[in-house]
Amino acid sequence: MDNCAVAQKMSPKDYKSDVKPIWCAGCGDFSVLSAITKALAALSLPPEQVAVVSGIGCSSRIPAYTSVYGFHGVHGRALPIATGLKIARPDLTVLVTGGDGDGFSIGGNHFLHACRRNVDMTYVVMDNQVYGMTKGQASPTTAPDWEGSKLTPEGAGINPFHPLVVALAAGANFIARCSSSDPNNVAQIIAEGIRHPGFSLIQVLSPCVTFRPEQKDWKRMVRTAVVDATDDPARAARRLMTDDGFNVGKVLYKGSREPFRPGAEACFQVDDLEAGFAVGQ
Amino acid sequence: MTTATLETPREAAAKQKVILCEGNEAAALAVALARPDMVAVYPITPQSSLVEHVAKLIADGKMDADIVDAEGEHSVLSVLQGGALAGARTYTATCGPGLAFMFEPYFRTSGMRLPIVMTIVTRDGITPQSVWGGHQDAMTVREVGWVQMYCETVQEVLDTTIMAFKVAEHHDVMLPVNICLDGNYLSYGASRVELPDQAEVDAFLGDKFVNWHVALDPQRPMAVDPLTGGSGGKGPSTFVRYRKGQCKGMQNALRVIEEVHEEWAQRFGRSFAPLVEEYRLDDAEFAIMTLGSMTGAAKDAIDEAREAGKKVGLIKIKTFSPFPVEALVRSLAKVRALGVVDRSVGFRWNCGPMFQETLGALYRLGRHVPAMSFIGGLAGADLTIPHFHRVIDATEALLQGGPVPTEPVWLNERD
Repeated sequence: MDNCAVAQKMSPKDYKSDVKPIWCAGCGDFSVLSAITKALAALSLPPEQVAVVSGIGCSSRIPAYTSVYGFHGVHGRALPIATGLKIARPDLTVLVTGGDGDGFSIGGNHFLHACRRNVDMTYVVMDNQVYGMTKGQASPTTAPDWEGSKLTPEGAGINPFHPLVVALAAGANFIARCSSSDPNNVAQIIAEGIRHPGFSLIQVLSPCVTFRPEQKDWKRMVRTAVVDATDDPARAARRLMTDDGFNVGKVLYKGSREPFRPGAEACFQVDDLEAGFAVGQ
Repeated sequence: MTTATLETPREAAAKQKVILCEGNEAAALAVALARPDMVAVYPITPQSSLVEHVAKLIADGKMDADIVDAEGEHSVLSVLQGGALAGARTYTATCGPGLAFMFEPYFRTSGMRLPIVMTIVTRDGITPQSVWGGHQDAMTVREVGWVQMYCETVQEVLDTTIMAFKVAEHHDVMLPVNICLDGNYLSYGASRVELPDQAEVDAFLGDKFVNWHVALDPQRPMAVDPLTGGSGGKGPSTFVRYRKGQCKGMQNALRVIEEVHEEWAQRFGRSFAPLVEEYRLDDAEFAIMTLGSMTGAAKDAIDEAREAGKKVGLIKIKTFSPFPVEALVRSLAKVRALGVVDRSVGFRWNCGPMFQETLGALYRLGRHVPAMSFIGGLAGADLTIPHFHRVIDATEALLQGGPVPTEPVWLNERD
């Protein structure tokens, strides 16, 4: 994490692109985008030292809205893409952004193995318990009795997925939950996740005001978790198993597993790459 | 199979309701009329409203099917494979990236001869990122042993969807079937539609013809799809027998699709060309060739060109897989020059895929017909009457016997 130690003072706007987000007014993802840029500025990371990788969905549009390296990848495959990128360029700070649909249904298998592999990257999941981009269907984190979807008008009828519990069981090294209603806290936790070695999962409750308007109440329902980060998986498991999903603002687990291939070097040198492109000079 | 008395088209037509609906809703209504036992879904633009309509029909009690809201398209088709192995009549819909993700079970479905019916609400292939219509998705999987029929209108979507079940389950075919309906243009395009009567559809489809060759049969418990090819299995002859059987089923489908369309016309009074449609072709000197919803604008352009004295006709392919070589050769025999319009790209030959396939048919014709490839309508781009006038004019120029262009014409390059 030494790449954080850069002298130049950066501002959040240095990490924003000229592309205007096309999210609905009131979408929680605006706050998360803002929090990501604040976190990168707080760490003074040079934009060319950061990559943001996503899959498909509303929140997966984030790479286009940042000025760092970005790739809008295949639905559900953001984590494998980021894994390849980080292994080839360990010097980069790799962020993965996406939603609960992209990450936990179509990409669910990769989520398990990214946690297991524990590659040093930070996965920010904007969880709104709905497929927003396809206009409001139940996602893996949707309550089984939610009847607001035309696809499951009688409710999905299956138990919701608990990403933080699964992440702990699968071996993620850093687990936190926060709320988009407090972007400064989200920024702080993202910065902490970036600095912590290994695979960091940050679940951000990020309301979909269009297809889940009742989620506007989330900002009143969330409460700051009264916990300290533990490195004891058993303690974290008990904490997560009794959790109602609205304890936010804190790191819930901070493990000490060694990340995948610590100290690996890039499979090529940037100088060599630049020399290769310098044809005819 | 059914023994119901055939009514006259007038009697059957009188029982039909006339409604206004979009292509996605028409497909859903047709699926309900076909009474599948199981539907599996995963939403994707521009398919989502189709499966939402199906879900609503089930929730409202108008359709008695199990619906599985799966975690991705790979699972969707796998769920249906399990359902079909249990003897269920099955249905799903997808498009573009969803079809790409589905590819592994998609390939196996035709090999196992499972009569699964699936709508492809056609969408262009990514990258670049796009959620708009185009035929690249369906074209990319044209060599995997599914029957594929493309529709021109919302009514044809409805009727073909019902016919698809009869084709798929026919004893001589027993193959999965895609109905290709153009994303955006047909999926969201609303038009007047005649909705057939349920009893008439029941009589038309008859009893479900179960895929007993692989279905759970209490008289004959068996493990399906064992390893073949000599790696501990029976050797290559088994594999070859499967492949030959698939090819025979595909060739049989050409005849069955014609028979099913003929019966549909007799029963419901609406007829569609089953394989290849000719429009103002009999006295034409040259023709343009189309696929799917673009055909409407193309026919208008043909009418205008005819008024201007050009002797042009149109050939529309409905059944693209199996490729209707004989029917197409009969149509091609009527013309001296051809322009083929594709809504997708054939990367290997630097032309449209339908153009490339048509070159094979022209070889069978045994006479040189100069032909050009036009590519348009990619990623939702409009193909309008002026675009087809460009196609008509460029194709007409081939009659003069000059050099035939080897590059495709990109119709929306400056749009």
